[in-house]
Amino acid sequence: MSDLHIDNISMRFDLPGGGSVQALKNINLDIKSGQLLSVLGPSGCGKTTLLNIIAGFLAPTDGEIHLEGKAINGPGPERGMVFQQGALFEWMSVRKNVSFGPDMKGVPKSESAPEVDRLLDLVGLQEFKDKAVYELSGGMQQRVALARCLANDPDVILMDEPLGALDALTREKMQSLVLDLWKETGKTIILITHSVEEALLLGERLLVMAPRPGRVHKEYFLPFADLGVGADLREVKKHPDYAVKREEILAMIWEMEEEIMGRTEEAS
Amino acid sequence: MDSESVFTELAHETINIVLSIAKVLPFLAALIVIILACQAIWHMVRKGVSVGDSYNSLKTVTFGDESTVVSNKSASVISVLLIFVLWGSFTGSKLLPEFLHVPGPFMGSGEFTYTSDNGAGDTDKATVSIQVHAAGEKGKKPTVASGDGFALNDALVIQAYRSKLLAWDKNDTAKRKTGAKIIKVNDQTISKGNPVDVGFARVALTDKGTLNLVPHKGVQMENIYLPAPEQVWERLITISKEGYQNVTLGQHLGLSLWRVVIGFLIGALVGIPLGYAMGLSNWFRGWFDPIVEFMRPVPPLALIPLVIIWAGIGEEGKVVLLFLAALWIMAIAARSGVSGVRITKIHAAYSLGASKLQILLHVIIPNSLPEIFTGARVAMGVCWGTVVAAELVAAEKGLGKMIVAASKFQNTDVVIMGIVLIGLIGFAIDVGIRVLEKYLVPWKGKG
Repeated sequence: MSDLHIDNISMRFDLPGGGSVQALKNINLDIKSGQLLSVLGPSGCGKTTLLNIIAGFLAPTDGEIHLEGKAINGPGPERGMVFQQGALFEWMSVRKNVSFGPDMKGVPKSESAPEVDRLLDLVGLQEFKDKAVYELSGGMQQRVALARCLANDPDVILMDEPLGALDALTREKMQSLVLDLWKETGKTIILITHSVEEALLLGERLLVMAPRPGRVHKEYFLPFADLGVGADLREVKKHPDYAVKREEILAMIWEMEEEIMGRTEEAS
Repeated sequence: MDSESVFTELAHETINIVLSIAKVLPFLAALIVIILACQAIWHMVRKGVSVGDSYNSLKTVTFGDESTVVSNKSASVISVLLIFVLWGSFTGSKLLPEFLHVPGPFMGSGEFTYTSDNGAGDTDKATVSIQVHAAGEKGKKPTVASGDGFALNDALVIQAYRSKLLAWDKNDTAKRKTGAKIIKVNDQTISKGNPVDVGFARVALTDKGTLNLVPHKGVQMENIYLPAPEQVWERLITISKEGYQNVTLGQHLGLSLWRVVIGFLIGALVGIPLGYAMGLSNWFRGWFDPIVEFMRPVPPLALIPLVIIWAGIGEEGKVVLLFLAALWIMAIAARSGVSGVRITKIHAAYSLGASKLQILLHVIIPNSLPEIFTGARVAMGVCWGTVVAAELVAAEKGLGKMIVAASKFQNTDVVIMGIVLIGLIGFAIDVGIRVLEKYLVPWKGKG
């Protein structure tokens, strides 16, 4: 069992000019192994902070996180990370980027090569493996990032708006790829996104977070991710429930945004 | 000196500078006219030749669009050619046809007459024949008949750009001490302060009553101020074969380069780890920040006196100086290379299981290489400038030493050759590092 237990996490930090920010308050989550969780919320709701705490880059002020019963207190290879952009190593070829994890562990090339090749096939980059990463398009670069993460065989994949910098068409293709990879590998995935559509399509489970303090506002369990595996995502969007949920969540987020705006106006 | 006099002095200096600039303005205007004329001619010539439609040539907005401004190769070639043509023209270079030369100094023979008054009211005329010869050649005194009367004919040899006093009464029977004096030159009245132009020279009457002959100098530069291009080239050939002052050109050049390379390498060897430490540790950043920030703006040239006092004028001193010149630049380059790593790269490496050492080796160092190369280019440039300056001050061998020694003997051709060599080598170093950069860090600017 590689379940992820998030136990009453809170995070507050002091600002240099005095005062403090409550970024997260009393977050409790149990994420089952193999679950695909998408996290949505207006800016400032602490979703990236939450991801960074799970990744081990930040320490919470209260609470604990356990993965497979082990407490998390730093970054580790069992939690792979995919960033929005700019996290690839430009000085390495596509192939070397993908095999970075095994290389760092000291796995001999002869052992890691078949798996690296399989992953390059999986993300459709076999013929680009000897190219420099800066020669690839943004979508291809994110495919490299996904393959690099998978090559390390993590238990949990943390994605911080991985498709946020891509154009709409590429984004749609990449959403299908993420679903396929999820089904293929059975990994636990936590995906942070700004896009309501993406959160609906990719989230088997969807968390809507609210700001000030950052907290879980509402939780959904959705059928669309399962429907989308191996299928045309545009067909999934025609599902009657999809439009309803989309409107509901959009309204919810609008309301939060309005509230933030109102508060700042009062303040000023 | 009180402050007011300093201010008046500075005001005078400023006025002098402004006046000097004003004098140059017509020449600047002429240069701009030449540049524009060349452009117009080039446009007319190019119109006749089809060049095809490049994407840039189809743009209608070009003024202000930086991407359409590319260095015009023809303009560069013409510009460099023009420098050589002007150089040749003002030095009477043999590489240029005569008609391109600006008027040179008068050379050859000429004559004028003077009228002497013997003090008793009698006058007599005599002819002065003059031969003006080029520097380095031997002039031949014209042979003249002595003539008649109490003023007798004279003959004189003068080197171009020089003047000569004519003691006209040496052979005359009417001497100055008996009251004889010159009243006319070429039938024009002459007196102190009213010289006469005799066509090829200016003749002036001195306080003592002799004649001062100054042949016309033209507008060409005298050889000891600016030698012709071919002379500089010949000098390069002879010096590269025979050396200058018992030191071969290779030794001068090699020694300067050796100093730069050694100083730079030691500076980089110390500076890069220092920069990494400053980029990776609060403590080291705090410790070295004041030192680096203070030493960076101190020009290495200002350290020369101290380095000479401490380390003498031997090799150690110069290497220490270049080490100091390179050290801070390389430290700052390495520091900003480390600070420039995107945090997502570091996070990605950690979550892929890399250790701190692995992150240093596989992420931080490669990521900082472009910055380090930029630093190396700057540092090599500064080192090259510093070594020449240091050699000007104190050295036994080296390019800087060579030109300062040559300047003491007015060997302007060696000085110019040295300056051209220094420029070319500095340029070659820069190009070399850029080529190396392209080959070793192809990802520069693409992260």
